[in-house]
Amino acid sequence: MTALPERTDRKLGLVIDLDTCVGCHACVIACKGWNTQHYGAPLSDQDAYGDASGTFLNRIHSYQVEPEHGASQTIHFPKSCLHCEDAPCVTVCPTGASYKRAEDGIVLVNEDACMGCGLCAWACPYGAREVDMAAGIMKKCTLCVDRIYNENLPEADRQPACVRTCPSGARHFGDLGDPDSDVSRLVAERGGVDLMPEQNTKPVNQYLPPRPKDRLQAPEMTGDEDILAPWLAPVAEEPQGFLKWLDGALERL
Amino acid sequence: MHPAPSVIIFSTLSGAGFGLLIFLGLGLPAVEGRVAFVFYLIAFGLTVIGLLSSVFHLKNRKNAWRSYSQWRSSWLSREAWAAVLSLVVMGLYAAGQVFFGLTLAPLGWLGAALSLFTVYTTSMIYTQLRAVPRWNQWATPVLFLVASLAGGALLSGNATAAILLLALLGIVVLWHWWKGDRRFGEVGSTLETATRLEGRVKLWEKPHTGENYLTREMVYQIGRRHAVKLRVIAMGLMVVLPLLVLLVLGAHHVSAAVAVLSYLAGMAVQRWLFFAEAEHVVGLYYGAHGNMTANASERTPA
Repeated sequence: MTALPERTDRKLGLVIDLDTCVGCHACVIACKGWNTQHYGAPLSDQDAYGDASGTFLNRIHSYQVEPEHGASQTIHFPKSCLHCEDAPCVTVCPTGASYKRAEDGIVLVNEDACMGCGLCAWACPYGAREVDMAAGIMKKCTLCVDRIYNENLPEADRQPACVRTCPSGARHFGDLGDPDSDVSRLVAERGGVDLMPEQNTKPVNQYLPPRPKDRLQAPEMTGDEDILAPWLAPVAEEPQGFLKWLDGALERL
Repeated sequence: MHPAPSVIIFSTLSGAGFGLLIFLGLGLPAVEGRVAFVFYLIAFGLTVIGLLSSVFHLKNRKNAWRSYSQWRSSWLSREAWAAVLSLVVMGLYAAGQVFFGLTLAPLGWLGAALSLFTVYTTSMIYTQLRAVPRWNQWATPVLFLVASLAGGALLSGNATAAILLLALLGIVVLWHWWKGDRRFGEVGSTLETATRLEGRVKLWEKPHTGENYLTREMVYQIGRRHAVKLRVIAMGLMVVLPLLVLLVLGAHHVSAAVAVLSYLAGMAVQRWLFFAEAEHVVGLYYGAHGNMTANASERTPA
């Protein structure tokens, strides 16, 4: 049955640090690579050398933020399945293909049972589910369920491909149901947040907001500009310090 | 949302077909023999063409039978059950009337109730989606039920009921549009809640240069002026013209046929708008619906 479990023993998920993400898309490629070569239908591309389109379980958006004070910032924003506690994508599924695991909270699709109606993708506010156009079935982030419990892999590799590959340490994997886990402590320390809390999905994945930029901000402009400003002479005509010496030295040559 | 022809055809035709089955099941009119055959041919024709059309939007049809398994949690699964049950019950009832001149009234009532429930399940598939605020309102099931009953009254030749239900349909559709335009603001999803970033947020770069499944399926946008024109066309064909035909020309075969065709054409336009105008919150991540949220405060006075 595609009812949600009343509670899950663990809440495995990701913590994404918007302060350190540099927008390199390495996690996108690692995800596509692993999930094309391992469990389930491969993530296909259509017209890859023309009007390209394809299936991705993880996509990086980039936003420009204009804070109340200071200069604008560019924020790179990775987004994949948030493995919600109240996952609306699971309960809408008519075939029983979508389910949330009671043992660790991972939301999965049983590809053998999916009929490709796409209703779960409609139900997800985050755009975490995509129908693969070649296979005709729903694809979504599995939290690399075939890596994290895989005893054939070295222990260091038993984490999602996106987390393992991230060169800036912006992605963290762990049990968000355990308040003493590294990820839970990180969320508490940095004030991690839910995306779209008004959608009542209770996402497990957490996002760490960018830290305030305290030194590299442009000086603040205050007051009105004087109407005579265009006619004002430059404040310092003579170069100062090292440039003054250089100027003089060049003059003497 | 992408207005897929298969789903528009399905909800327009099967809605009218189940509406006719409701009236026939209630014995309005109680028909027998050849007349009954024609009525049921129309009713089953509309519902079955509609249901078959809905199967075409599945990307993996071989698993369609599994959609009967999750009726305890899924409205789509309940719809699949309700559609088959109402067609079976009404099929038995119809066989009695057509071949044996026998009207089993309680069986008809059961069939009518199941047909009504089928339309309700269809509407709940859309109503339950919080991520599509325009659909996520109580006027959605009312709209589907009244539209189906109005179509059924027209098709079954219940002129008085048709006039009343068409007038009611006009009011419900207007309400659904009025309320629908405000729902996005009421739900309160903005690019700021979507990203939880402090300050004014703008999309700087999409994840990929091309379109993807999400943008094709859920970030469908139509021009506002077109939407207004299409609303006028939908209302004219679906409600105004059939009402005028019935009130001015009276109810006979030719005028009823004109009214039915006009109603179906208007309904198809209304259903196209139902999808095309529905804004999915995921569009926010792709820089869409800024107009829906920028003036959210203006749309919803405190």
